[in-house]
Amino acid sequence: MRKLFSFHGGVHPPTHKDESTRSPIAQAPLPSKLVIPLSQHVGNRAVPIVQVGERVLKGQQIGRPEGKLSSAVHASTSGTVTAIDMQLVAHHSGLPDLCVTIIPDGKDEWITHAGMDLKNTPHSELRKQLRNAGVVGLGGAVFPSDQKTDAHHHQIKTLVINGAECEPYITCDDLLMRERAADILHGAEILRELLHAEEVLIGIEDNKPEAVAAMQFAVEQDKHDKMEVLSIPTMYPSGGAKQLIRILTGIEVAAGVRSTEMGVQCFNVATAYCVWRALAHGEPLLSRIVTVTGNVTDAQNFDVLIGTPLDELVALAGSKPDTDRHIMGGPMMGVDLPAGTVGITKATNCIIESSPKLFPPQAPALPCIRCTRCADVCPAELQPQDLYWFAKSNNFGKTQEFHLFDCIECGACAYVCPSNIPLVQYYRYAKSEIHERERDKKAADLARERHEYRQLRIERDKQEKAEKLAQKEREAAAKAAQAAAAAPVATQNDAQQKLIEEAIARAQTQAAVAHPQNTEALTPEQSAEIAAIEARRAKIREMATDAGADDEPHKQ
Amino acid sequence: MLSSPFIAQPSSVSQIMLRVLLALIPGIALYVWYFGPAILVSITLASITALATEAAMLKLRNRPIKPFISDNTALLTAWLLALSIPPLAPWWMVVVGTAFAIAVSKHLYGGLGSNPFNPAMIGYAVLIISFPVHMTHWLTPHALSGVELTFIDQLNYIFNGVLPNNLTLDAITMATALDTMKTQLHLGLSVNDIRDMPIYGRLAGKGSEMVAIGFAIGGLYLLFTRIITWHLPVAYLAALFATSGIFHLVDPQHYVTPLFHWFSGAAMIGAFFILTDPVTSPTTAKGKIIFAVGAGILTYLIRAFGGFPDGMAFATLLMNICVPLIDTYTQPKVFGKKGGGK
Repeated sequence: MRKLFSFHGGVHPPTHKDESTRSPIAQAPLPSKLVIPLSQHVGNRAVPIVQVGERVLKGQQIGRPEGKLSSAVHASTSGTVTAIDMQLVAHHSGLPDLCVTIIPDGKDEWITHAGMDLKNTPHSELRKQLRNAGVVGLGGAVFPSDQKTDAHHHQIKTLVINGAECEPYITCDDLLMRERAADILHGAEILRELLHAEEVLIGIEDNKPEAVAAMQFAVEQDKHDKMEVLSIPTMYPSGGAKQLIRILTGIEVAAGVRSTEMGVQCFNVATAYCVWRALAHGEPLLSRIVTVTGNVTDAQNFDVLIGTPLDELVALAGSKPDTDRHIMGGPMMGVDLPAGTVGITKATNCIIESSPKLFPPQAPALPCIRCTRCADVCPAELQPQDLYWFAKSNNFGKTQEFHLFDCIECGACAYVCPSNIPLVQYYRYAKSEIHERERDKKAADLARERHEYRQLRIERDKQEKAEKLAQKEREAAAKAAQAAAAAPVATQNDAQQKLIEEAIARAQTQAAVAHPQNTEALTPEQSAEIAAIEARRAKIREMATDAGADDEPHKQ
Repeated sequence: MLSSPFIAQPSSVSQIMLRVLLALIPGIALYVWYFGPAILVSITLASITALATEAAMLKLRNRPIKPFISDNTALLTAWLLALSIPPLAPWWMVVVGTAFAIAVSKHLYGGLGSNPFNPAMIGYAVLIISFPVHMTHWLTPHALSGVELTFIDQLNYIFNGVLPNNLTLDAITMATALDTMKTQLHLGLSVNDIRDMPIYGRLAGKGSEMVAIGFAIGGLYLLFTRIITWHLPVAYLAALFATSGIFHLVDPQHYVTPLFHWFSGAAMIGAFFILTDPVTSPTTAKGKIIFAVGAGILTYLIRAFGGFPDGMAFATLLMNICVPLIDTYTQPKVFGKKGGGK
């Protein structure tokens, strides 16, 4: 038996998974329309490559990946593009984003597609296919998989496949593992190959014995070597990538560190499945499994086309009339969706129909009594009570000192807080404020650089003028001295000599004055940044010297 | 739009504080058993004063009264203060001490969660400095005095200062076990001679040692229900034991045993109920240990060499001052950053 590790803290919220695991995955019928956001992944939004009125086929690319970190978007069925515009999307920002609306023609007509020769195709081509097939992390983070399969020359020992599914209510991965275990493992093999990983460890919480059994059976049946399915103790948030890596390998991946640097990479089971479909069958990511549960009559998992309007999906499960909110994700980290019209995206693992009865509003918050129950359950081993205190008092420097950005927003702290303080909201607030300030600072830095550059030019002009002046005076003085040497009258000579000396001294002081330090004008607070500025100035000076005289005279 | 998490564990401040109040009951029951029901009068009096002061202060501070008055924290302060002062203390002393604790040391510092000092201990400190004589008249256990005051007699003394005709105050009250030990040592007696005096029992003072055991039992309940962690009580009692143990080993005739220190005065109630006030103690595990060890050593030093018979209250208050400093310097390493900041 492999030794499992544990992470600090964690909580045991009621799982509510039974409701949606009673029946198998159902195929959701073709919806009346599809609203497909062009930004369903981390990175740059895909660029629309279809026109309004154009007929598209199932699997046809409608959004082209743009830049290094991006992913393609496809038409989930055949039909006609009726709009490319800003619409509300299923995203935590609650803001509209560019979407392609397609009215299905009911034919569900595929483009020509075929699997790739997995053995003989170079890895770079396979990655390119993942990118063009729109494969992104389906665990919720939606990070483009082509990027994650590139280990950047790091030696990868362990590939972790995440089937933990620790959030209450969500069962889409559970059902996928029960029903499509073999394909998941084929996908895992491809990922192992792409990463050159030695072993594959599949972590599944022990509240999913059927999934564990199905996966173990598939491992044995297809004789997967160095691949282990491990039943891990149920403990939220064991499904966080960092937490699962810790449980299975004992390695702690610190915030801001890529797990590949420590020889591990982690993919969700549904991602592995899509990798297989995309590479072995040439099917882009057009649908995903979505759990519809909560305030519904028939909680169930559906195989849903990306872009299916939320309202049409929840109707399939019998959303009850007193539903007041749709939550995407689980109750711990989920997002309250802005409207029922939004389309299902690649990130939509679960929809919880919510009513005031299901999730009663929190009692009013009391002050923090520093009981540290939050610190006891924090999987990142932070001091949430201190972070709260600093965030509340806008002391953002301190929040960073106390590792605010190590917070994974799992919500365990707020879950146990006896004072009902919405702690995670305070952390989100502090993080967004800090990002905002950093943006402002960058803009200010740019402005300062420009200003410094201008100052530099002005100074240099002054200096050059002073030098020219000094040169002239020197020449004049030399002439005068020659003349004086020739002249016989001593008294006049002396007086002239004195004048010349004075002029030279004046010119010299003038030249010296033309050397003010830019840093003297800075306030003491900025002194810390002087070093950086100096470096930049040196560069600017070089640039200015290289540019020569042609850019300066007329700009004065 | 609401923000996650959408679910919460059913727990509340008032529930936690209620558990702590419940945990005090074994100690209080033994108190009544050995010393009569007077303590219940001062607890009631302190409770009423605390709630009234809390309501008045909330009103003055424009805070909602209902959620705060029902958080049970004022009641806990009241109970702890009442248990720290002599049960026969006149009613106005209880009222003044409690009102000061709630109004000044809690609300003037910002109310629940913001007070740097333990309110009950501030109340105690105010009383022992302002009314030192009244604070030394502790009830003699009736097994010792041979006199059992009726409830009416006790009420009559608390509210009117009148004792039954045939009794003097000295006949029914005495100094505490710690106090007697201190004064008799000053008079030149040895520890052994003093321990032979009738007021002492097996561990410490007769009666009061049993009350201390009652508090320890309540404290264990808090530990097992995870209301408190082991760090504070264990570190405090260990430090008190070690410090008094060293002195006792060096000179047993002048320094009494560590067990005596454990079971006399406020050591037990302090270890489990007073130091463990989350608001006024450190938040980190290491910090809790430093805090409690400091309090344990200070308690002993004040008991053995200071001007007051017991040192728990002042030790707590002195360590309360250090809490922000302790917290700052005991920050634990976070996930992934333990191995030399990788």
